[in-house]
Amino acid sequence: MIDLKSIGLGWMRKEAASGRMSRREFIQIAGAAGVTVAAADFMFAKAAKAAPNKGGHFIQALTGGGTKDVLDPAQTLDSYMINVSFGQLRNNLTEIAPDGSLIGELATEWEGLDGGKRWVFAIRTGVTFHNGKSLTPEDVVASFNHHRGPDSKSAASGLVKQIVDVRADGGNVVFELEAGNADWPFIVSDYHLVICPANADGTMDWQSGTGTGSYKLESFEPGVNTRVIRNENYWKEGRAHFDSAENLFIPDAGARANALITGSLHAYSNLDLKTVGLMGRDPNIQIFPITGNKHAVLPMHVDTAPFDNLDVRLALKYAINREELVSKILRGQGEVGNDSPIGPANAYRATPEELPQRPYDPDKAKFHLKKAGMDSLKVQLSLADTAFEGAIDAGSLYAESAKPAGIEIEVVREAEDSYWDNVWLKKPWCGGYWGGRPTEDWMFSQVYQAGADWNETKWANPRFNELLIQARSELDEKKRRDMYVEMQIICSEDGGALIPIFMAYTHAASTKIALPDQIANNWELDGHKNVERWSMA
Amino acid sequence: MKLIFGVIFQRLALSLVTIFLVSIVIFSSVTLLPGDFAKSILGQSATPETVAAFQRELGLDRPPVERYLEWIGRVAQGDLGDSFASGAGYQRSVAEVIGPRLGNTLFLAAITAVIAVPLALALGVAAALYRNSWFDRTVNATSLSTISFPEFFVAYILMLIFAVNLRLLPSLANVGPETPLDERLVKTLLPAMTLALVIIAHMLRMTRASIIALLASPYVEMARLKGVSRRRVILKHVLPNAWAPIVNIIAFNLAYLIVGVVVVEAVFVYPGVGQLMVDSVQTRDIPVVQGCALIFAATYIFLNLAADVIAIATNPRILHPR
Repeated sequence: MIDLKSIGLGWMRKEAASGRMSRREFIQIAGAAGVTVAAADFMFAKAAKAAPNKGGHFIQALTGGGTKDVLDPAQTLDSYMINVSFGQLRNNLTEIAPDGSLIGELATEWEGLDGGKRWVFAIRTGVTFHNGKSLTPEDVVASFNHHRGPDSKSAASGLVKQIVDVRADGGNVVFELEAGNADWPFIVSDYHLVICPANADGTMDWQSGTGTGSYKLESFEPGVNTRVIRNENYWKEGRAHFDSAENLFIPDAGARANALITGSLHAYSNLDLKTVGLMGRDPNIQIFPITGNKHAVLPMHVDTAPFDNLDVRLALKYAINREELVSKILRGQGEVGNDSPIGPANAYRATPEELPQRPYDPDKAKFHLKKAGMDSLKVQLSLADTAFEGAIDAGSLYAESAKPAGIEIEVVREAEDSYWDNVWLKKPWCGGYWGGRPTEDWMFSQVYQAGADWNETKWANPRFNELLIQARSELDEKKRRDMYVEMQIICSEDGGALIPIFMAYTHAASTKIALPDQIANNWELDGHKNVERWSMA
Repeated sequence: MKLIFGVIFQRLALSLVTIFLVSIVIFSSVTLLPGDFAKSILGQSATPETVAAFQRELGLDRPPVERYLEWIGRVAQGDLGDSFASGAGYQRSVAEVIGPRLGNTLFLAAITAVIAVPLALALGVAAALYRNSWFDRTVNATSLSTISFPEFFVAYILMLIFAVNLRLLPSLANVGPETPLDERLVKTLLPAMTLALVIIAHMLRMTRASIIALLASPYVEMARLKGVSRRRVILKHVLPNAWAPIVNIIAFNLAYLIVGVVVVEAVFVYPGVGQLMVDSVQTRDIPVVQGCALIFAATYIFLNLAADVIAIATNPRILHPR
């Protein structure tokens, strides 16, 4: 079958889908391009079917929530409230489109001045909140100020620390930053930085759940269920197809699977990897892994022996069988990592030519060990399954694969519930994961910059840190890309982070749900915008 | 009658003392829990400043004794305090958090009791009357097997049969405040059946044992000899004397239905108090954990009290111990 896209007629599909082009016109134009009538007819049917159906009540199960959930975006921390607050109720200034590009959401356009120190966002006009109030630049200012201030408890306080001043200026909002940041338009797409209506005193009203988003809040029972109904005044075209949606909090993977199989649910994410194969056999269920920036990491403290020796780090990096981890731990739902946190959802990821994939090579590991002046090495790796799913098993596999290189890895089982307090950042070698960040600068400055709070490897490479600062205010795309590629190479060659695998976001959906052609990879569930992007089949 | 009220009053007073002691145990064990609410709510985003801001706002930087006295003082006035999830301009009291969940739990317990108690009593009496028959053995073997399996296993088997294969009942018991009664009943049926299977054996065997013991007693023999019908023997002569142990077992099982069904709640995603408490322990939402624990303790104590009172009312001999 010929694909319309391959013969340059991709636009026709859109026309057919929107109903602007009839079957007859479609066949005529396709025929002129050398497509047979039968084939064109089939293509039309396929394309026209792609027009999303309106209506239906969508029920999904989310994880990462609990009775402590609140509608306050400053306390949005995990997937349940991200999906509800950021994906359904509210909008940001900008949005990351399914193809990874940055598009305007409540801002129509933006411009960086003074080397990225000042940013001017033009605010979309004619947008109303669910309560009927019109969106104004003052609402945007209040929404950003909500996260600022010395007593801020906001999880985004680190992100907004760089704002020196934010003010409304006519129909615009102007940000003054303490230093140039070329990524600022990306950063305002963060799920904490959603826009809520301002109160008269300049604070922000998050308590009511009112936003400009595709769905209006109907009921909110933390840790149980959130119901929403479509915002009939939603300003985005071609979005918000369901009439209403329901978000259940189901922490138990088995219960989620049963509910989908028995038809009580339409979709969920975070599959139990052990049963992915079995779920895939059900004809009424579609399984689709999406690999984004989420990755597992085994951070070594580069200021602690033996990890202070670069050759030891390299030996350990060559001694892990990454392919085996993807097939056995992830059951194929992911990709191998290359000791750099920059993933498929980043714009400037180094190509395999620029940064060749590091293989499993016990001989090379041995070579580096020898170079470090050692015949054998014995190290402890602290893990718990909270570090990432299957971490303990991954540690055991790693220990086996490292043996031929003369490296003995002792996997230390740590307590699960205090793992992030007592092990992560404290033990010289442990495990962890990152959901990944949409921009290179964001990821690198939060976790890899010298002195960063979360610098889990205590790594401080001068060249890397110099490039990080330079790239941040570099507005020239080409130069920026070169810098980020160099930084990824330095990170992979010199850094203390062993990044073995990128875990896919795993999803299962009923075949009653129509999925778009392109699904975003910046977060799970279509970048957490699935409720406004998906529809009934 | 006056005597009974005296006993009830005395028991009530003792119960209050017990609850007070339990509250000390609850508070100290919750205080000893490792971990911290601010850190758990902020996760990886916890920086020393944000954690300190949280601690200050929640008053966690004050000494435990002071916090206990304040808490127990408010509880005595019927105020369980506010959940840590509340903040500036947003209040969520513990009563508000627990209320709907407790309602769900009581509903599930009631449905289960309505199914299980009459069934267990009827089967127990029948098994006692026809003891060592095939009927008796079948009932015994079946109930013993269902109580021997772990709850989640029974739950999954029922789910496989009724939800996956027959598609008769939903596997999700996600009831809410706005769920209409008929839908609520349908959704609650699978968890209720699971729990019924788990508790029937206990009550059934106790009923059977106490009735068998009484059937062998001289006054039952006398009644039979003077020609009283079998039905009358059971209802008038045997059961009144058998109530005390049976009621105790029923109370014990009812208490279990309220405080111990967290596994079944998790399997069916039923929003009950058990799940809430586990959830709150994980997030270290201390006021909610304390509130739940206190309610659980009170449930146990008062159900046992009720069982004692019923036992006394049906068998006045207990009032005058020799």
